[in-house]
Amino acid sequence: MASPRQRAARWRYVQYAVLVLAVAVVVLVADWDQLQRAFFNWEVVKDQFPRVLTVALKNTIIYTACGFSFGLVLGLFLALMRLSSVGPYRWISTAVIELFRGLPALVVFIALSVGFRLAFPDREIPFGNLGVVTLALGLVGGAYMAETIRAGIQAVPKGQMEAARSLGMTHSRAMISVVVPQAFRIILPPLTNELILLTKDSSLVYILGLSLSGYELTKFGREGMNSAANLTPIVVISLCYLLITVPLSIVVRRMESRAERAR
Amino acid sequence: MTAEQTNTSTKRSDAAIDVQQLHKYFGDNEVLKGIDFHVANGEVVCVIGPSGSGKSTLLRCVNLLEIPTKGKIFVEGVEITDPDADVDKLRARIGIVFQQFNLFPHMTVLRNLTIAQEKVAGRKKAEAVEIARANLEKVGIAEKESAYPAHLSGGQMQRAAIARALSMQPDMMLFDEPTSALDPELVGDVLAVMKDLATEGMTMMVVTHEMGFAREVGDNLVFMDGGVIVEEGHPAEVLADPQHERTQAFLSKVL
Repeated sequence: MASPRQRAARWRYVQYAVLVLAVAVVVLVADWDQLQRAFFNWEVVKDQFPRVLTVALKNTIIYTACGFSFGLVLGLFLALMRLSSVGPYRWISTAVIELFRGLPALVVFIALSVGFRLAFPDREIPFGNLGVVTLALGLVGGAYMAETIRAGIQAVPKGQMEAARSLGMTHSRAMISVVVPQAFRIILPPLTNELILLTKDSSLVYILGLSLSGYELTKFGREGMNSAANLTPIVVISLCYLLITVPLSIVVRRMESRAERAR
Repeated sequence: MTAEQTNTSTKRSDAAIDVQQLHKYFGDNEVLKGIDFHVANGEVVCVIGPSGSGKSTLLRCVNLLEIPTKGKIFVEGVEITDPDADVDKLRARIGIVFQQFNLFPHMTVLRNLTIAQEKVAGRKKAEAVEIARANLEKVGIAEKESAYPAHLSGGQMQRAAIARALSMQPDMMLFDEPTSALDPELVGDVLAVMKDLATEGMTMMVVTHEMGFAREVGDNLVFMDGGVIVEEGHPAEVLADPQHERTQAFLSKVL
């Protein structure tokens, strides 16, 4: 009989062998020339620049930043309403949160663009598409962030509010100066995750019908793919997305490990 | 409790704190069962008793951190249990020090001391900083003004918390077991600061387990058990010769 340690070592060899075999099969079976032509055609790559950066990446960042900022403010208000002692505020906030967390972001986009036009034929959402994106992403993100912010506020020890009140601060002053700043420190990592999610949801803006200058990454990639009959543009914009999200992930991990150390 | 203390709602003008027939329920649980309690101006009153006796609840009621169910509380002659009382203004005049310090961890020590001065008392920044520094000096941690609370020892944190309360220049100070969360070797520093305050004539209500402090500094000692005041009197006398058997039982365990 092999000892447990020998058995563990043998099992590890098997795992390595499977991995090597799998890689070998992929390398041998794949047609690398074909793959490169379809996914990373150098000529097509060059065609994407510089507009993939100056238009598409820029718009994705603008849409996301606007939506996230509005969502953060909305989320804070919803969270504070949720914790209010006034019943109707709690009910309204709960309803808004449940509604916009439950709906697909695409449905919210459609409701805001088409629905608004049908409901108020004479009015327009200000700032055109940017206004709609800000509202839609803000509503979806805000509904999620509201619950995160509420949890953060509740995670601040009760003694903090008591200490602030005992110094004579009003409830709102204590919230603004003492509780909310500490809550945001606690929830910075999940908020950054929400920012990453919104970055990707910003692609749904295509449903509004965009002019060329309004293209964001996904729309830009799809147009490029259609005209080049080639997947390279999609690969390029994918890398652009990672250019935004990977650094954010690294920042989150840094914050988490720093929070860990501070404990 | 002395039964001849008939309950009238007239205020006692010499009293900094005057609690009359105070009842407090948490749900169905009656934590305070008709408390009459007084602290005169310039007096140090220590409240002792087993855990669950209601002593912390009594202290928190004086600052309205707990809302009394029944009864009246006067602070310097103003009825704070009156629904129209300006609670925030009142609280700014009563300093309170908590067992868990409750410093604001996202601010430096100095900012902990100045924020309420600026936002509540409306002082200019320079004035607030000056007062804060004087109080840090007083509690012996002047060199820690730019440190964050996480970098202080428990004793330093509690002294910073005392300095924070003092910076509002309160008329009286409430201490809710200020040394119970401290390592034994750090207790002395905090008690020394409190003793200095008492010597300066600060009106103080101290919920504590430090019998030595009560004997040495206290003008009056109150023993609570089961939501009532069982016995009160001069600290040395109560500690040396307790009249009530519950006081005797408690003191025999802690002394």
